[in-house]
Amino acid sequence: MSQANIQDSLLRFMTCGSVDDGKSTLIGRLLFDTKTILTDTLTQIEKTSKKRGMTAVDLSLITDGLQAEREQGITIDVAYRYFSTGTRKYIIADAPGHEQYTRNMVTAASTAHLAIILIDARKGVLTQTRRHSFLAKLVGIPHIVVAINKMDLIDYDESKYKAICESYKAFAKEIKLSENRTIEFVPMSALNGNMIVDRGESIDWYKGPTLLDVLEKITADYAGKDKNFRFPVQFVCRTHASDNHDLHDFRGFMGRVESGSISVGDEIKVLPSQYKSKVKSIQLGDIQLQKAISEQSITILLEDEIDISRGDMIIKSNDVIKPTKNINAMVCWLSETPMASSRTYLIRHTSRESKAKLDKIDFKVNIETLAHESIDNLSMNDIAQVTFKLAQPIMADSYENNRSTGAFIIIDESTYHTVGAGMIS
Amino acid sequence: MTTLSNLTHLDWLESEAIHILREVAGQCSNPVLLFSGGKDSLCLLRLAERAFRPGRFPFPLLHIDTGHNYDEVIQFRDLRAKELNERLIVRSVEDSMKRGTVVLKTPDEPRNKHQSVTLLEAIAEFEFDCCIGGARRDEEKARAKERIMSFRDEFGQWDPKNQRPELWNLYNAKVHKGENIRAFPISNWTEMDVWQYIEREKLGLPSIYFAHKRKIVRRGGAIVPITSLTPKKDNEMIEEIMVRYRTVGDITCTAPVESMADSVKKIIIETASTTITERGATRLDDQTSDASMEQRKKEGYF
Repeated sequence: MSQANIQDSLLRFMTCGSVDDGKSTLIGRLLFDTKTILTDTLTQIEKTSKKRGMTAVDLSLITDGLQAEREQGITIDVAYRYFSTGTRKYIIADAPGHEQYTRNMVTAASTAHLAIILIDARKGVLTQTRRHSFLAKLVGIPHIVVAINKMDLIDYDESKYKAICESYKAFAKEIKLSENRTIEFVPMSALNGNMIVDRGESIDWYKGPTLLDVLEKITADYAGKDKNFRFPVQFVCRTHASDNHDLHDFRGFMGRVESGSISVGDEIKVLPSQYKSKVKSIQLGDIQLQKAISEQSITILLEDEIDISRGDMIIKSNDVIKPTKNINAMVCWLSETPMASSRTYLIRHTSRESKAKLDKIDFKVNIETLAHESIDNLSMNDIAQVTFKLAQPIMADSYENNRSTGAFIIIDESTYHTVGAGMIS
Repeated sequence: MTTLSNLTHLDWLESEAIHILREVAGQCSNPVLLFSGGKDSLCLLRLAERAFRPGRFPFPLLHIDTGHNYDEVIQFRDLRAKELNERLIVRSVEDSMKRGTVVLKTPDEPRNKHQSVTLLEAIAEFEFDCCIGGARRDEEKARAKERIMSFRDEFGQWDPKNQRPELWNLYNAKVHKGENIRAFPISNWTEMDVWQYIEREKLGLPSIYFAHKRKIVRRGGAIVPITSLTPKKDNEMIEEIMVRYRTVGDITCTAPVESMADSVKKIIIETASTTITERGATRLDDQTSDASMEQRKKEGYF
């Protein structure tokens, strides 16, 4: 039996760029050319195009946002959009690209397998291109497509396209973007529909794949090749003989396999208690499984009766994670209220929660120059390396090795807002 | 038995939804699942079975009843709750009208938007801290920007500019007393995914989802079913044609589509070739303005 990935039939990607790069037109074009846009939506945008005095239908209107956004002429937030081909289902995270929205980019990137970085062919590699690429690297997106758009405005000039590719490659080398990562380049005109879904006729010198070709063949994985089994317990199901005699003292440990796989008969241990046992059965509702793989939600039953609760982690018995109360991490501050370094925050890591206090800020990354700077405090959109002290131990891997057990969010204890996101070093 | 080599996008979506349901159960002290008897909430029930059986659901079911229902749907709702042996709570817009908290402009106006009031009253009555709903991001552009765990203040309002960032699969369902979370486990599903899941799981549905003969009139491009709540107007001609519902809701504002699809398989084929969105085809109340869903959500609608 081949070891398939559950996520192979589904790819999540994000688009990085501003409205000026033609990002909305690109998404509109993808949805339109994959026949995702239905007549009533099209009629609506035809009407709006006319109302705004345009002669052709403006595909960027497909992603036109909320009333609240139109009133202020800004994009507020990440929007999620969907389309399917015969090959797989796609989820697009459409993040606004302006500087002040680093937090939206990080949010969109956190679930993406692939990032499309848009470059305006007339302008080449800009500061924002560097910023988007740095963030894609920071959040560990394993695949990058550099979409060099608006080729129609430079007469589909091959040498100009090649010059942009070279300058991006040089920059990618500088920030070590190419390590463990695929980078592809596609010249395109989203406006005219060249090299998005259809090849069109204007870029005949380009023999590589279209954007959709790239999306169709890329492996839907995340950075961090960790194959070690990680199972944070979300919920414990106890039924008693009084409910159902067949289920006398049923005790199921429910959660999602975050990485690796587990089979019936495997020896496991529970953290932080270090209790050991053996997998008696694996269930998905009323379906019995012999084996479960990464990203499957399951219920595990054990041979022995041991005390396990939400927040515990099950791993293989010969594996080691040292529970820790000190974490060093890259943190992106997401809240308009700056961090108060003397306050206590809550950290949510897998299904576990702990109080946390800032120990020190090592440095802040200037995302324009990528230089390290010293700061006393974190404000919105800051990215910094910090150390936290925790009240409860967590079972963490480095984010680089494991996206699920290396990530955490920071919650304000009094407002309960999500104020930060962290990636453990 | 499921083999690992044939896992599909439905398995991924199912797994994500189960994970979300278990986070609600793990993080919230008093959640509830909104169940109308419609296709999306029927999927939610199957997902809850996958998430929590052989245990009981860690939440009751709640239906906010507009009083403008198709009998088949209500019968199906009750049957399903009984089969699952789970507790069903029904709170009705008509009770809110009697209390004077819902005031209709005209006696026959659609009551979809008034469900918000009754829902907020039920939330207060039972002190629910989380309502699980079957909304999908592909339905509407206000939904496209909403979180999987969406925060509502004590007036039930959604503030699109003040949403909690949602990263990885780390959800934050923390609220103070009076505030609440709306959790949407099938956010990432499309109409097609829902139908494919119904087919795979062989889920039963109320009969009006399948092609049947119905008396209708054609009014302003829409098909309006003739019922006691929606009588024909003087100049209109009654026709009897084959229709099915793509969505079920308040009778006065939910229209059927012409269809011969009398099985889930045929509905999937029709859905693949349809040219009109689910809401565009069937929701008479969403067409009034470009932003009517956004407006309703700000008022506490789910």
